[in-house]
Amino acid sequence: MGRTLSEKLWDAHVVHKGEGGEPDLLYIDLHLVHEVTSPQAFEGLRLAWRTVRRPDLTMATEDHNIPTLHPELPIADPVSRAQVETLRKNAKDFGVPIHSLGDNDQGVVHIIGPQLGVTEPGMTIVCGDSHTSTHGAFGALAFGIGTSEVEHVLATQTLPQARPKTMAVTVDGHLPDGVTPKDLVLTLISKVGTGGGQGYMVEYRGQVFEEMSMEGRMTVCNMSIEWGAKAGMVAPDETTFAYVKGRPHAPKGVDWDRAVEYWRTLRTDDDAVFDREVRLDGSAITPFVTWGTNPGQGVPLDAAVPAADSFTDDVARSSAERALTYMALEPGTPMRDIKIDTVFLGSCTNGRIEDLRLAAGVIKGHKVAEGTRMLVVPGSARVRLQAMDEGLDKIFTDAGAEWRGAGCSMCLGMNPDQLSPGERSASTSNRNFEGRQGRGGRTHLVSPPVAAATAVTGHLSSPADLAVKEA
Amino acid sequence: MEKFTTHTGVPVPLRRSNVDTDQIIPAVYLKRITRTGFEDGLFAAWRKDPQFVLNQPAWKSGSILIPGPDFGTGSSREHAVWALQNYGFKVVIGSRFGDIFRNNSGKAGLLIATVDQEVVEQLWADAEAAPGEPFTVDLQARTVTTPQRVAEFQIDEFTRHRLLEGLDDISSTLQHADEIAAYEAARPSFKPTTTPVEATV
Repeated sequence: MGRTLSEKLWDAHVVHKGEGGEPDLLYIDLHLVHEVTSPQAFEGLRLAWRTVRRPDLTMATEDHNIPTLHPELPIADPVSRAQVETLRKNAKDFGVPIHSLGDNDQGVVHIIGPQLGVTEPGMTIVCGDSHTSTHGAFGALAFGIGTSEVEHVLATQTLPQARPKTMAVTVDGHLPDGVTPKDLVLTLISKVGTGGGQGYMVEYRGQVFEEMSMEGRMTVCNMSIEWGAKAGMVAPDETTFAYVKGRPHAPKGVDWDRAVEYWRTLRTDDDAVFDREVRLDGSAITPFVTWGTNPGQGVPLDAAVPAADSFTDDVARSSAERALTYMALEPGTPMRDIKIDTVFLGSCTNGRIEDLRLAAGVIKGHKVAEGTRMLVVPGSARVRLQAMDEGLDKIFTDAGAEWRGAGCSMCLGMNPDQLSPGERSASTSNRNFEGRQGRGGRTHLVSPPVAAATAVTGHLSSPADLAVKEA
Repeated sequence: MEKFTTHTGVPVPLRRSNVDTDQIIPAVYLKRITRTGFEDGLFAAWRKDPQFVLNQPAWKSGSILIPGPDFGTGSSREHAVWALQNYGFKVVIGSRFGDIFRNNSGKAGLLIATVDQEVVEQLWADAEAAPGEPFTVDLQARTVTTPQRVAEFQIDEFTRHRLLEGLDDISSTLQHADEIAAYEAARPSFKPTTTPVEATV
């Protein structure tokens, strides 16, 4: 019987096959490190007199806990500053390459990997961050790990892992105009639930993914963890190869030819069988937004806030009740009537150049509504520079939006970019959990075009709503 | 890691589903560079509510947490495990868990005991019938004993073995050092490294 893509990737990295319930020991091709989940891991190495086995397969950056204003000044919060300085010291002491604040290659860890070409097909990639699934867009096996596992990878360049089951998510048809990969993944999560992927390595396939850009694939793979999947991936194809070619760390010359030859084998065999299959019709997807406090609590933008009673499952009903209370929403309210205080455009989900272009295209010539603020936070320093080359920064600032430095920012509200209690956001990030963007803050997850249109009207909107007003 | 065999302590019924790791400990509490001191951030938003279960005298000193399904979803932060441990929790019993949280717990020595949601409901009822009455969790026998019943739980055999023996993962892996070296020697040359190069993009 043939093998799925994820099984091929798994098999190619087994250093030691586990027996009798023991997990397999997998080799890790790339370990990305950031300031928040690594200090205790490096400390563990020091205490045990261990070194980093492969600093040349390890890369550090600063993203979660850095300010997006005044990068030239020392970090004001002394505890945050100490955490960032600890990363710099650890990188120096252990010989790990680092892209620090001020470096043109600094940025959100899942944005800089692909950008530098260290993310490639056929790799195993880990990071102490759950959105590591992003890198699966290249046909890599990529997943988030905790700090104990970070220490384990630093010390051994391997990780013991129990083999997950396999799942295919096939999306047929074509995404309609104005519908983005973000709408697709939010629609998917609302159907399968936040636990639907637990224990599975997922392969996204079908015409919609074949037609999708690398950046779109990254958006979908990024949110694999939001429905509990171990990893999400797309088989590499010509789109992938074209994206990787010429990047700073990409193979060159003969190595490039050998690499592509190998990458072409990274496809699910025709006779392979998935443990579970999910199918969606891409042509039926519309702009999608969340109303609740987990990414599965979403509806089409055209719909209304659901009533808790509409959920037959007990757990879903009580979860909806809690969410409606926390979000201060009345069932039956059209989603478009929900007023938004802050629009956040950025994150490892939607902080890449295509996302900024889409949003800029919508907001161009408009103004951010009175009483609404819009934060634009590019995913990396290089995305920021590229956007400025294209004049996107000017489009945003002319509209009255704030143009910030690169980082995770308001996606997780660890730095000063936070919502106040009761403040409501439309956010292109990945999590609408209670308090995620600041204590008491209320988050609606949206796509970049919906974020931009919402900034203009001050309530949840699609770009089509702006056109109607103009006509 | 300390060996885990049995634990007797106060059960805490947390009647909520989808308690993600941002609820367990919000990001603003993740700035420490130690593994200790995270108890202040545990359930930070809910601890402000006097009605919250951990603010009740009977549950305050709990060490066995019994949440609803999908506990520990979301962010990979191991700080969520440390916050629970720093507070005093030794065991979490539930029907479904986020994968990364479950892994992190196994590595850090917090026992994750999986039971059907029906059993969770029974444990909630037992805990609430006699607030503060201890339960006993026996990892050897894979059982939870309440004043009313003995329930069996599931845990994968590898994690159970590691917890019972208090084994350090890295030492076990380093027993395969020769195999790691052999694997490395055979890796294709086209695989990228992170060694800095002149930027060309």
